[in-house]
Amino acid sequence: MSKPAKSTKKTPAQDPPLEELEIGSAIYLTRLTTKFNNRKSWQRPDERMVQAVIPGTIHKIMVKEGAEVNLGTPLLILEAMKMRNKVLSPVQGVIRKIHVAEGEKVRKERLLLEIK
Amino acid sequence: MASTKKIQELKKRREEVLKGGGEKAIQKQVAMGKMTARERIVKLLDEGSFNEYDLFVEHEARDFGMDQKKLHGDGVITGTGSIGGRPVCIFAQDFTVAGGSLGFMHARKITKIMDHSLKMRMPLIGINDSGGARIQEGVNSLAGYGEIFFRNTLASGVIPQISVILGPCAGGAVYSPALTDFVFVVENISKMFITGPEVIKTVLGEDISMEDLGGAKVHSEITGNAHFFSETEDECFEQIKSLLGYLPWSNTDIPPRKEVQTPLEKYDISKMVPAEQKQPYDVRNVIRAVTDGSDFFEIQERWAANMIIGFGIMNGRTVGFVANQPLVLAGVLDVDSSCKAARFIRYCDAFNIPIVTFVDLPGYLPGVDQEHAGVIRHGAKVLYAYSEATVPKLTVILRKAYGGGYIAMNSRHLRADFVLAWPDAEVAVMGPEGAANIIFRKEIAAAADPDKVRKQKVQEYKEKFANPYVAAAKGYIDSVIEPLETRKALLHALEVSGEKSVGMPAKKHGIPPF
Repeated sequence: MSKPAKSTKKTPAQDPPLEELEIGSAIYLTRLTTKFNNRKSWQRPDERMVQAVIPGTIHKIMVKEGAEVNLGTPLLILEAMKMRNKVLSPVQGVIRKIHVAEGEKVRKERLLLEIK
Repeated sequence: MASTKKIQELKKRREEVLKGGGEKAIQKQVAMGKMTARERIVKLLDEGSFNEYDLFVEHEARDFGMDQKKLHGDGVITGTGSIGGRPVCIFAQDFTVAGGSLGFMHARKITKIMDHSLKMRMPLIGINDSGGARIQEGVNSLAGYGEIFFRNTLASGVIPQISVILGPCAGGAVYSPALTDFVFVVENISKMFITGPEVIKTVLGEDISMEDLGGAKVHSEITGNAHFFSETEDECFEQIKSLLGYLPWSNTDIPPRKEVQTPLEKYDISKMVPAEQKQPYDVRNVIRAVTDGSDFFEIQERWAANMIIGFGIMNGRTVGFVANQPLVLAGVLDVDSSCKAARFIRYCDAFNIPIVTFVDLPGYLPGVDQEHAGVIRHGAKVLYAYSEATVPKLTVILRKAYGGGYIAMNSRHLRADFVLAWPDAEVAVMGPEGAANIIFRKEIAAAADPDKVRKQKVQEYKEKFANPYVAAAKGYIDSVIEPLETRKALLHALEVSGEKSVGMPAKKHGIPPF
């Protein structure tokens, strides 16, 4: 693997360094792109980790930590795009931890609460 | 004959409208580092060629005090002129007049010039600099956008349509540029987005600047919405003029014939490509080694750089080039590079520009992100675009052409007219390493020295399959040539395909994997 050479000040625009990329069991020497380097590694979705499916605001939290919930028990109301969406429990279990507060703005995929 | 008094009145009326939004608004425009709409038209068109339409158009809005407001030209300047002596239609939104907001009559001026460009078969250039819909005009303003989008679609593939983003272009307005052929952006000036920073802040609490959300760099490097990036408006206008020099004026026209030149000597094609498949090189130099004067006008230089597209001249005529770029991501096909190539192939086909494809790719980029981003349907676009294209289609396989990538890159099987290959070409279902690992898995695993056996087997596979002659024996490759013979072979192929005529089954239109 070639390490990028220490940049000398005379050359303002440095070409990106050559790096290794494996495709079909062969290793190619090439430049990698920012997009390629920023890829997220995939993780198996865990339905007990309830995430926001859409960005919005937590309108109301309807359960407390330690509460028992069934499949379909309303957990909270997420207001997004002027609609109040009831988030239902995807599993049966006990609320382990609530990660958000009422009135909080959440991004997409933000962890809302955990069920065990 | 008009009386002197009437002529005086005309002059006065003209003078009044030519002030645009007035001194203060113009100063503000200049302070933002922008030219005025009128200055832009003058800079872009041939000197003295601008012929304005609809100077005296007035809006008809009556609500919210609009009846008291006079908006010169209703915020947009339209007309005809010429670039390089060839006629064009142009509109430029005037940000100094009500923020260039789009009202009903503003849109009507634009659609009028669009209709004209389509009817008269000349390019349409739209300079966008607008705060968006004129809210006081309500649904009439939306109607205006819709009428513009509809015409962009009708004109698509008939006349070249160019969008120049020289200011904000936000909300619904972005879809006119998105429907046109080429989008030009300028650093710190262009801003394109559907929902702006304010809405994002309110809804999501995320703080982002207009530049970071939808600036020139974002659209030329990340989204692929823009095709040409420049640092100044002047540079942008030069790019537009250069681009137009390669294009025919309509789908029934041919591009202007240029003086025939030989490639520059410094582009020595025999020394450009390393024989070792895994070593990178810049494929743009291979293109320059075959074009007249070593000229290559690259499109979307900053986006999906693992695929190169652009125009060059061969024997005085415009040719579209598509090439895998081993220098970036080893030249793989992925979601972005597939979209980039497919759209360009369709452009060339629509405007009767022959396509030369240089092939050197290890295949598709592996990864969950690619699969989940839909590399199947996006990759299919390349197959569709090449298969559907009826212009002369020439292919040169420089080195490797493995698996699905071989098929996709204008193979014989997609009706390429000429397929040439260099002696280093490896046309195979996969690279020797991968193939040996599968075919000889048991032998390698059972060996006392697996690495040694693997190497032997890779070599064995290489000798047997990793060459151009297996494909040539089937006629999938027409000719194996020395690198030095490339330009001559391409010129010959172009020469004999001048009268190419192939049919497609009768249909209303196909259903490409959009």
